[in-house]
Amino acid sequence: MAGKDHDHHHDHGHRHDHDHGSELSETQLRVRALETILTEKGYVDPAALDAIVEAYETKIGPRNGARVVAKAWTDPAFKKALLENASKAIETLGHFSRVGDHLVAVENTPKTHNIIVCTLCSCYPWEMLGLPPVWYKASPYRSRAVKDPRGVLADFGVEVSKDTEIRVWDSTAETRFLVLPMRPEGTEGWSEDQLTEIVTRDSMIGTGLPKADEKAS
Amino acid sequence: MTSIDPAAAQSATQAIPSIPCDSEGPVFREPWEAQAFAMTLALYDRGLFTWPEWAETLSAEIKRAQAAGDPDTGETYYRHWLNALERLVSDKGVADAKTLKRYFHAWDNAADRTPHGKPIELQPHDFHDHD
Repeated sequence: MAGKDHDHHHDHGHRHDHDHGSELSETQLRVRALETILTEKGYVDPAALDAIVEAYETKIGPRNGARVVAKAWTDPAFKKALLENASKAIETLGHFSRVGDHLVAVENTPKTHNIIVCTLCSCYPWEMLGLPPVWYKASPYRSRAVKDPRGVLADFGVEVSKDTEIRVWDSTAETRFLVLPMRPEGTEGWSEDQLTEIVTRDSMIGTGLPKADEKAS
Repeated sequence: MTSIDPAAAQSATQAIPSIPCDSEGPVFREPWEAQAFAMTLALYDRGLFTWPEWAETLSAEIKRAQAAGDPDTGETYYRHWLNALERLVSDKGVADAKTLKRYFHAWDNAADRTPHGKPIELQPHDFHDHD
């Protein structure tokens, strides 16, 4: 189901499929239709709906991205493949639905910290990153992340050394990004499952770090 | 408009015990499921229906799907939920099936004309569809 919803091939015979159009699944169309009607008739307030959905933003979708990161931390060959071609590397794991053809993993190192910004379009890779937080969709974050990334990081409580270069990646229709955070110290010998638990959504967007201090059980 | 009391979600999970939950509350497989849940919560809040009424409609939809061969593995739970939501909205005279269909096609047109990477927004001309 998830795969179908985010399938962006252009050759699967949708009844009026255009070369460059977006695609919504039947279910997504029904949900949007309902929301529009209910809003127009004054039964619901879109802001109130957003607030409810936001309350569950960490409870939506699989934690695929976290598993990918944990695997990269424990398997050097996979990490190499991931940085070379993230879409292809993730596909070899088999158990994920499509992640899109142009996913790029950018690696955090002591010298480089990556942040991603993105317009929330219909192909936002929520299956990898989880649902985006509300600030991520807002234009102030986008523009500030580009102009003052250090300030944005400070707001999120992330301290990055002065010697570390900060790179901002703007997602486009063609290319989406996943930050590969640095594996925290003190996690030597942890299993992939334990590591998966400490990979937060924000750490894969670049506005947070893995929860290093929380020992996974 | 008023926002929804967070406790309302809890009352929903108590009234509808079949809602997929973890230890902290409802969980969703996909974003649209959370949107469907949110709309239901908002309509309940507006007094459009009671939880027993909702439970009855949802259960009828699940039975209908099972009779039609739905494996009932939990993966399709929110599909039944969405069917129930459309049914109640129609039964309560908010929007009939024809209206739902009209908006469905309009959104489909909007998606088709929106280039990849741009937010999809509904515009009046999306209602002048091809059928």
